[in-house]
Amino acid sequence: MRTCGATPGGPDLAGVDLANQTVIQGVVLRGGVSDGVPNGSPVDNAYVRLLDSTGEFTAEVPTNLEGQFRFFAAPGSWTVVVLAHGAREEVKVQGQLGTPIDLVIHI
Amino acid sequence: MSRATSLVSTEWVQENLSNANVVFVEVDEDTTLYEKGHIEGAITFHWREDLQDGLIRDLISKEKFEALLSKSGISNDSTVVLYGGNNNWFATYAFWYFKIYGHQDVRLIDGGRKLWELKGLPLVTQVPARTASRYVAKDRDNSIRAFRDQVIASIGVKNIVDVRSPAEFSGELAAPAHLPQEGGQIKGHIPGAKNIPWSKAANEDGTFKSNEELSELYKAAGVDFAKETIAYCRIGERSAFSWFVLHELLDLQNVTNYDGSWTEYGSLVGVPVAVGA
Repeated sequence: MRTCGATPGGPDLAGVDLANQTVIQGVVLRGGVSDGVPNGSPVDNAYVRLLDSTGEFTAEVPTNLEGQFRFFAAPGSWTVVVLAHGAREEVKVQGQLGTPIDLVIHI
Repeated sequence: MSRATSLVSTEWVQENLSNANVVFVEVDEDTTLYEKGHIEGAITFHWREDLQDGLIRDLISKEKFEALLSKSGISNDSTVVLYGGNNNWFATYAFWYFKIYGHQDVRLIDGGRKLWELKGLPLVTQVPARTASRYVAKDRDNSIRAFRDQVIASIGVKNIVDVRSPAEFSGELAAPAHLPQEGGQIKGHIPGAKNIPWSKAANEDGTFKSNEELSELYKAAGVDFAKETIAYCRIGERSAFSWFVLHELLDLQNVTNYDGSWTEYGSLVGVPVAVGA
């Protein structure tokens, strides 16, 4: 499924107090091609883990029906780990106050 | 209690799906998960609507617990098998709840919903119709629950284990990173508390670590098993997970869950607070 036209990445940020939150979010897709436009099928049964700069577990969320996830973190280095049936992906990110990180993760 | 009586494997679940004496109950933080799909035959409890008093901040009353279980077709002699998302946080909270009200045979699926899904095991959307029962609960067993005055009196005396993430313990974050940053009035931790995040007791797939690893984890952090231990977190769910590890898996009897946790303690006037690692 190609979701061209939809907002890439995580859930709608309307209503999120971005000035006071360090948002790390995104979408998990299976299949498709990573060509800058999110495509592939949303993975609605993945688990996304957030690890801090020392690799310590901080939080975990299941993806929603659209394959999306969101964390409210703090500024600094974080690692996002995606677990799903038959797949494991890691992405390193730098959290910033006010500028949400929006990931598209293919498994 | 022990690992053998409190924990079941996904294989055990598959073998007991049609066992009429077993009632599977899913308890999630994200309450939409059950609707997305659940283990065949499982019912669900909503951690807030079903398990919180709603008017005052407390567990539901014995009468309400009896009504909930009766409505759900759970009998006093049922084997209740709990599981849930988020590494069984809320399922362990429900486990502690069943123990508070004296249910005889309650167990937890090791790895919970996550391991079930990571193994690609089937989930269904059909909600089972269960025949109502007449459940009779016991009076609350407060020997596994800690209250604020006991916690304050335990500073420097008992083991106090803060099971939140290091960032919450140090005062950097007020809540877990998947939630908006709200919590107690102030940030920090109870002085003298050992920060042993609940997550250190779990493998990545959501299963519990071995008893040898768990025992070493707590001892290395300075927990003296000869003393009483109080576990706390932000609202009492993650600490129920660690309570389960200490009380059920490691079979330590002198362990309590402080379900008031940081949202209560961090709002109390005049109590001592520490910040930093």
